Amino acid sequence: MIPCQNPDRLYDVIIVGAGPAGLAAALAAWEEGARDILICERAAEAGGILGQCIHNGFGLEIFREELTGPEYAGRYLDLLADTRVELLTDTMVIGIDGHETTELARGGRPGTMLHAPDCHRVRVTGSSLDCRDLRARAVILAMGCRERSRGGIALPGSRPSGILTAGAAQRYVNIEGWSVGRRVVILGSGDIGLIMARRLTLEGAQVLACVELLPWSGGLIRNIVQCLNDYDIPLLLGHTITAVHGRRRLEAVTVSAVDPRSRRPLPGTEQHYDCDTLLLSVGLIPENELTRAAGIPLDERTRGAIVDENMETATPGIFACGNVLHVHDLVDYVSAESGRTGRAAARYALSRKATPTPRSGSLMVLPAGELSYVVPQRLTRSGLARSQTLYGRVRRPMPEAYLVLESDGVVLARWKRERLAPGEMIRLNVPAAILQQAGGSLELRAEPAESATPDRHDVNRPAAMPPEN
Amino acid sequence: MHYDLIVIGCGVIGAAVARLASLRGLGVLVLEAAHDVSCGASKANSAILHAGFDPEPGTLMAEMNVRGVELYREICTDLDVPRLENGALVLGFDQADRAHLELLLERGRRNGVADLRIVGQEELRALEPGVSPEATAALYAPTSAIVDPWELTLAMTENAIANGARLELGARVTAIRLSGEPGGTFTVETEDGRSFTGRSIVNAAGVEAGRVHRLLGGSDWGSRPTRGEYYLLDKSAGSAARHTLFQCPTAAGKGVLVSPTVHGNLIVGPNAELLDDSHAVETTAAGLAEVAAAARRSLPALPLHENIRNFAGIRAACDVDDFIIAASPLDPAFINLAGIKSPGLSAAPAIAERALELLRAAGIRSADRPDAVRTRKRVRFRDLDLEERNRLIAADPAWGRIICRCETITEAEIVAAIHGPVPATSLDAVKRHAGAGMGRCQGGFCGPRVQALLARELGRRYNDICQHEPGSHIVLGPLGAETTEGGPS
Repeated sequence: MIPCQNPDRLYDVIIVGAGPAGLAAALAAWEEGARDILICERAAEAGGILGQCIHNGFGLEIFREELTGPEYAGRYLDLLADTRVELLTDTMVIGIDGHETTELARGGRPGTMLHAPDCHRVRVTGSSLDCRDLRARAVILAMGCRERSRGGIALPGSRPSGILTAGAAQRYVNIEGWSVGRRVVILGSGDIGLIMARRLTLEGAQVLACVELLPWSGGLIRNIVQCLNDYDIPLLLGHTITAVHGRRRLEAVTVSAVDPRSRRPLPGTEQHYDCDTLLLSVGLIPENELTRAAGIPLDERTRGAIVDENMETATPGIFACGNVLHVHDLVDYVSAESGRTGRAAARYALSRKATPTPRSGSLMVLPAGELSYVVPQRLTRSGLARSQTLYGRVRRPMPEAYLVLESDGVVLARWKRERLAPGEMIRLNVPAAILQQAGGSLELRAEPAESATPDRHDVNRPAAMPPEN
Repeated sequence: MHYDLIVIGCGVIGAAVARLASLRGLGVLVLEAAHDVSCGASKANSAILHAGFDPEPGTLMAEMNVRGVELYREICTDLDVPRLENGALVLGFDQADRAHLELLLERGRRNGVADLRIVGQEELRALEPGVSPEATAALYAPTSAIVDPWELTLAMTENAIANGARLELGARVTAIRLSGEPGGTFTVETEDGRSFTGRSIVNAAGVEAGRVHRLLGGSDWGSRPTRGEYYLLDKSAGSAARHTLFQCPTAAGKGVLVSPTVHGNLIVGPNAELLDDSHAVETTAAGLAEVAAAARRSLPALPLHENIRNFAGIRAACDVDDFIIAASPLDPAFINLAGIKSPGLSAAPAIAERALELLRAAGIRSADRPDAVRTRKRVRFRDLDLEERNRLIAADPAWGRIICRCETITEAEIVAAIHGPVPATSLDAVKRHAGAGMGRCQGGFCGPRVQALLARELGRRYNDICQHEPGSHIVLGPLGAETTEGGPS
């Protein structure tokens, strides 16, 4: 990678964000033949959130070995070292095609632009470059996600210091080198919270409990085992925090059991935990302010853009990948998806076409049953002619389940899966032979095996396809 | 230094008094107990400049409200404070409400509120498409406005300072003595052992006003601290309502409102809960549930899942059901501004005028200074065009560095706030003065960076920087250090 050479030229691809998604997309776009590629990164260096993820567990899928976050980012930086992909750090993208995020902040209306322009304009500001529009044939949105904050769960109580998101704590500890607290409670059992439970324990803090509203954890099983169980940190499922105490610094929290159905706190179950720190690990939200400002339609299920199999949004030439598209469980899958996106964006840019990918004949893939979303949300006609990988998540854990692909009420295929959980992303490779049978609609359904009776429509179909890996 | 006037309390009332007094040539000292201005009810309220149809005609509340919002037109322009006349709708759901709307209309006319009228369901829906179908009529007050109360208090304080006023933060008043007869000198002592003298005092201490008057030997007015809890929704929800939506008031207050803010967020609240503790600003599950249920009655599709912050404020209500704007019986040069509940924000500049009239009666004369600084400007990167931005960036690259990504706030704006006339020395103060951290991630990303800027600019250690008041440390100390100086014990 090299610094930005000539910001006035027309780039093939501009990538917003140099986290794992942006780096993988850039590498793939280069490999596909694009030569004018620029990554805009608001931080001082590339790597995104990987820099603060100093634990291991990264890279098992892509590199077949266990790496830390910085090592994983380093591998991509090494792969990019021989390319002439340009990197502009300390530079924030604040608008696309004339629509600044600040317009929304001032109550303006989002743009709408569904035609394909000759090029897209990416407005940046930074200390090395003034505030200006850069031009590119294709743009890849790779801004990642942010953590849901205290307001997002309307956590009642006082507002002392000592309440922070798990990722913010991770930054303070791993990047800045500061201790965030001595007696810690964690609300939510997302992966970052689990990782920080172990991290703070290793730094000498006492992690009193990990409190989870749902009857299951949204984190990876390996993290529950390695970060909580191995350190005897209790995981309180079906509990929540009902009050926060302390005026200056946090002094205590009240933990209550919740009714399993209504998820409302049960009076009389209150427990008092004296603590000086509360970490929140209560969900990640794709950071789509740029996308929204540009008027690109979002999927309310994923809170990311609606894309086709090329990860192209409804605005031709604008692509999205990684956690800005949907929240992933493993960075390896971010890289894989982003590689696919980078290649598609490069092909788009190199074809120099000014007409959008034909939408006619494309099908929306709708989630159903226990499946909460599907990405990509749309398959184009040419996409339906090829094998495709679909991503999704289930709403609740199921020891045994079927994934059922239907078209016009007819089951095209059925896959048996074991141990599906909301914390783990489903990746489903659907062979071209199956997609080619699609009629006027597509629906992907997850259903528990116990209720999966043979479908009346599938007498002439294979009862089950081999499970995917 | 012997001051003409010592203002105790720098909320919106104290700031308005200090500004007007300084514009009229008085030597002003402002004593604020907290580490920043606007730390009481002025930072935690509905941010509405009420049209003035609610208060009972003939009360000080009515008179001050209507005069105050008239004065704000010029003040907000002069001081570069965001103000938007978005109009208000008081929703009526049944016959009893309808009668109440008529009552409010009549009150408003007697109070001198312009352009009030009652609209039927069809016009109501045209004005506010998302409103509940159960609402059959509404009182429409097109002059109702929204404002940024943090910026307003800050701007009036800064303007006072520009005209020679002095502000002391962290100066909690613990003793007031009067030497000699009425017309003598007041000596005011603060908790940290400092003392100041002045010819007159304005008591604008909010929920502490009773305590401050007792320091002089006076009586208080009974205390009825009434908490109101709020939701603040993300800007993505800001267009859910265009107008400020009220329901018919009850004895407890104006009821739960739903309103856009000048920043494009949506504010929802407050309930009204009488407490014993005038500093109990925590939110409660029950209170928030009450607010949510009441607000959904106005706006059924209220997107509460877009919530980014809950907060609560304490109305400085007392046993007198009106503002107290009067000289102390103990000394005509000690002016009490007490019991300033809603519509206190709306009334502030009018209350300041009245306070100066009372001072004049006590012999503290003042007249407009021809050389006074009347305007104040705040530069916001996000509101500038490309050319203006690049002029700033060329002079100082910090103008190009976005620190708060949600609100598009640059390093230069944060540094300016830290070194401003009212120095922002905590994360929350930077949020109020510069806007960094008030967005959807609530400082999750920019918090550590703002903290680093505060440490750098103030020459303090990183771990000494606080969230808000002293003692609210964010990090304890370097990793591995057993104990931390300055950290919480």
